[in-house]
Amino acid sequence: MWTLIKHRIFQLILVVWGVGTLTFVLMRNLPGDMAYRIAASRYGQDSVDSAAAEIVRQELGLDASWWQSYAHWLTDLVQFNLGKSLVSGLPVIDTVQHQLGHSVLLAFTGVLFASLIAIAIGVLSAFRQGALDHGFLWLSTLLRSMPVFVIGLMLILIFAVAWPILPVAGFGTWQHLVLPTLALALSLAAVSNRVVRNNTLKVIRAPFYQFAAIKGLSPTQTFIQHGIRNISVPVIAFIGIQLVTVIEGIVMIESLFSWPGIGHGLAHAIFARDIPVIQGCALMMGILFVLLNTCVDLLCHWIDPRGAQS
Amino acid sequence: MILQLKINQKVGVGLLLGLLLVASSIVQLSPYHIADQDLSGRLLAPSAEHWLGTDHFGRDMLTRIASAIQLSFVLSFFCVLTSATLGVSLGVITAWKGGRMALGMDVIVNILLALPGLVLVLLFAAIVPGSLLVLYLAITLTQWVEYFRVSRAITNTIINSPARQLSQMMGFGPWYQFRRHIWPELTHSILTLASFGGANAILTMASLGFVYVGIQPPLAELGLMSVELFPYYAQAPWILVQPLIAIATLVFGFHLLAGNKHDGAH
Repeated sequence: MWTLIKHRIFQLILVVWGVGTLTFVLMRNLPGDMAYRIAASRYGQDSVDSAAAEIVRQELGLDASWWQSYAHWLTDLVQFNLGKSLVSGLPVIDTVQHQLGHSVLLAFTGVLFASLIAIAIGVLSAFRQGALDHGFLWLSTLLRSMPVFVIGLMLILIFAVAWPILPVAGFGTWQHLVLPTLALALSLAAVSNRVVRNNTLKVIRAPFYQFAAIKGLSPTQTFIQHGIRNISVPVIAFIGIQLVTVIEGIVMIESLFSWPGIGHGLAHAIFARDIPVIQGCALMMGILFVLLNTCVDLLCHWIDPRGAQS
Repeated sequence: MILQLKINQKVGVGLLLGLLLVASSIVQLSPYHIADQDLSGRLLAPSAEHWLGTDHFGRDMLTRIASAIQLSFVLSFFCVLTSATLGVSLGVITAWKGGRMALGMDVIVNILLALPGLVLVLLFAAIVPGSLLVLYLAITLTQWVEYFRVSRAITNTIINSPARQLSQMMGFGPWYQFRRHIWPELTHSILTLASFGGANAILTMASLGFVYVGIQPPLAELGLMSVELFPYYAQAPWILVQPLIAIATLVFGFHLLAGNKHDGAH
């Protein structure tokens, strides 16, 4: 278990370094003069002159040599001093911490609902082969072909426009959480319900499972005693594989539903070329990714302690 | 190799080739250009002049969709080709040589896997916005790792097989050994990876377009088109549906081509 955690900590360091270096390169390689660009985004396009640009240049220390700035950049990063937004002037760390909470909420509810849907459908189609199984196969193939934002758009059109029972976008009440969660959960469950189904089939056809039935346990008892634990290990491991999809889905869904999370912040910051915020958001996404992965690892370890490595 | 494909994979190939053929002939034959505006003919329903209607600037939807599909194909083709070549060659060489190179590659792969692909691509898109070349480089950078890991793992097992060792002892060169022993074992997995890679490249480009940091207007791109046309869903739902169907069909085609790895129903 310690090797697991050590591996994840190593990964965390790589995330911080990777994001820091990339955003540093980004900072240096922006087309046009940095100072003018930032001045324009602060004071508006019309009121930029060389004096305003010079003030910005002085304030942000934009004329140091690249290795000085790089060292400076990384030390700041290690101290979690993410600087201030170039546009709003607010400290990035506050904004990003605030957003991270919303994203974690969305990620957890999304994964939770995806698991509920996938397990229900997967187990059902494993036990009842035939038409039902085929129907779900087609449905999941169809859903899998759609990018998550298309699923989101369809949900908006159905539940917010055609049949207005839920808000289109925004944040506040629990109703705002329903559509984003559902969009994320559907796109995840479209793949994972087949994994649940295949693993359930594998377990209920296994000799130990049939032996449990032969020795006299009722179907329910057999499933609870011998089925659940064996099915859950590969399924949870697969949720770990899907975490990439979760993070990518969060970026898309938050932008679509104006959910005030990291993904929304990242897309906005890229559009506004607000580099400290880009860095903060990318960093938080990386950290969220590693943390979720660690949770999955620990869960797998807890269910099956026989030492599943990596 | 076509002969070994299963029936649904053949359907996938047919679907993709058909789409590509239709899209590129429409781009060639269409009397309109993707940027030709006609503000008096906005949001028209499908008609004899505009087979799929027109968008909010009166641009011909058929031409724009066809051009967007073509763009998606071009991008995913180059992404798959580059990342597969790079990943497979590095994977095979690393497995074969081992040593320092393996250690170095481990570090690189760990860095790339530590960040979700889309975030990496978004960062690159932030460096140079709206550039197809950078998009291609970024997607390739995130995708080659898969080919690398798979071909390295497979090669590792074959390197020690008696058949390969015998070939070496009989004096056959590395290229012959690769072609005779390693490549045949790799093809199946690589075809699967390439199909998913093609689908993912299209999805990534559409996602970037959708959050408005990908290809810039007036170029036609499926994700960008869906977000541009969304405000008009009430007046002209048919034009919003078109890019969405196009994306779904493309991805569906690639998934069919990949074969049912997770489904394995029968």
